[in-house]
Amino acid sequence: MRIKGRAWKFGDDVNTDLIIPGKYLELTDPIEMAKHAMEGLSPIFAARVKPGDIVVGGRNFGCGSSREHAPLALKYSGVGAVLAESHARIFYRNAINIGFPALECPGIAKSVEDGDELEVDLKEGIVRILDKDIWLKFIPLPEFMIRILDSGGLTAFLRFNMKEWLEK
Amino acid sequence: MGMTVSEKILARASGRDKVQPGEIVKAEVDLAMMPDLTTILSFKAMKEMGVDRVWDNEKVVIFLDHVAPASSLQAATVHRDIRKLVSEQGLKYFYDVNSGVCHQVLSERGHVTPGMLVVGADSHTCTHGAMGAFATGVGSTDMGAVLATGRLWFRVPETIRVEVEGSLQHNVQPKDIILKIIGLIGADGATYKAVEFSGETIRKMNISGRMTLCNMAIEMGGKTGIVEADDETANFLSNRCKTNINPIRSDLNAQYEKVLRLDVSELEPQVACPHKVDNVKTVSEVAGVKVDQVFIGSCTNGRYEDLEVTAKILRNKQVHPGVRLVIVPASKEVYLKALKNGIIETLLQAGALVSNPSCGACFGGHIGILAAGEIGLTTSNRNFKGRQGSPEAEVYLSSPATAAASAITGVITDPREV
Repeated sequence: MRIKGRAWKFGDDVNTDLIIPGKYLELTDPIEMAKHAMEGLSPIFAARVKPGDIVVGGRNFGCGSSREHAPLALKYSGVGAVLAESHARIFYRNAINIGFPALECPGIAKSVEDGDELEVDLKEGIVRILDKDIWLKFIPLPEFMIRILDSGGLTAFLRFNMKEWLEK
Repeated sequence: MGMTVSEKILARASGRDKVQPGEIVKAEVDLAMMPDLTTILSFKAMKEMGVDRVWDNEKVVIFLDHVAPASSLQAATVHRDIRKLVSEQGLKYFYDVNSGVCHQVLSERGHVTPGMLVVGADSHTCTHGAMGAFATGVGSTDMGAVLATGRLWFRVPETIRVEVEGSLQHNVQPKDIILKIIGLIGADGATYKAVEFSGETIRKMNISGRMTLCNMAIEMGGKTGIVEADDETANFLSNRCKTNINPIRSDLNAQYEKVLRLDVSELEPQVACPHKVDNVKTVSEVAGVKVDQVFIGSCTNGRYEDLEVTAKILRNKQVHPGVRLVIVPASKEVYLKALKNGIIETLLQAGALVSNPSCGACFGGHIGILAAGEIGLTTSNRNFKGRQGSPEAEVYLSSPATAAASAITGVITDPREV
């Protein structure tokens, strides 16, 4: 699976309040959540992001609350993947669980500039910065998580693999 | 090689004799907790998994606490739909808007006992490590899987052991210890790890203080904070639950990724400065910063002991005219006890505003939102940009004692001086 788009670059410790502020947690429709994606950091992001665009972060991306609204807002705004030096635990699980690739890619923060064209190959585990001819490898996901991602998320995975899940 | 308390709990819950850090295990969850803002998404996930009813209607606990009572039409609709769900699913434990903050009520009502594996659709679920449980926050889809099947996959975390020794000075509190630790470890220093608090200071600490420590493990990225259960835990739980307490302790030869030793006898009050929780300074470094609003409450510091120290400092004093002091008892139990003992009266006489129990003030939902350019000092757990209202506001975190002292002077103040 390949994802290609423009990089939206952010810094270290991008927390879930910045991705979607607490006042929107009453929302239950992901399309409505998407209208406020990254509102705490960028007033233009939600309006200008295009399908396939890639969010690039530094260390500890997604730290803070357990709100699944955060990866949902990004996914439904059209973002194809989040690449960061490292991800906070709950955000990372949530992203994979909703079928949204959150990848840890050492060196990404210093190599990518805002607006760079990126191409991510999930299968090969490679990010290409197209204009700069730079290739970076990301840390492969554990096999179990790849299966969840391939299914489109934990919900679909369980729907089709319930028997296996319930085995000891 | 022995096991840590966290490893023992995950081994037991996954039906194994032994587990090692890094392993992925499928474990049976003992308790699943959800607050209002994540419940609808969790049940939606369960239903989309093809399951109509929760796996065990006595192991699911639901709270209406984040927006309590509903402050908007949207929140009112969410609450209405949750009440309907609770009734349809025949859930035994449901706490409506008059109860309090989920983590506080869950512990007060004896839902969590030592050795349990607890998941909550709220990141501060790690608070329950104070009971000697392995408790961790998850998102709505993970919670959907738990509701559907009672199980979830976990990566067995490495453990960082923090050994705390020494007696705290007057008006230096457990919050100061945890802020100091977060400053040392950093906002991502414990990512995916368990943080085990131990040492003489912790052994002598009450459950309220232990909950403050464990509550903030997530602010270093931790999967859980945990304190081995002891007599203090048994005493706390004795009138709250019927089950026998079976404390699980780490083996003496358990393996830790890191051991951090801290002597707190000289510890100064600590303050986390805008806009990151690990931007921690001593109170003397930030003393004099003018504050517009002081908030004392939340699952971190809204307990009886917190209100008690606040009232002690505010007795026969007045809140500074330029400051709004917002106090939110964490639960009905806390509120009632504070009322009976004259604490609420002292706080009101001093000029504080006392609200009903709710999470609203902590996450900028409602109750005391900050305007652009304002500075808030709070006893809660996050000072992220925009957390308590305007992204143009600044939030400092401190102990209740520091917050109370600062409410009197109108500037950040060392509580050892009042």
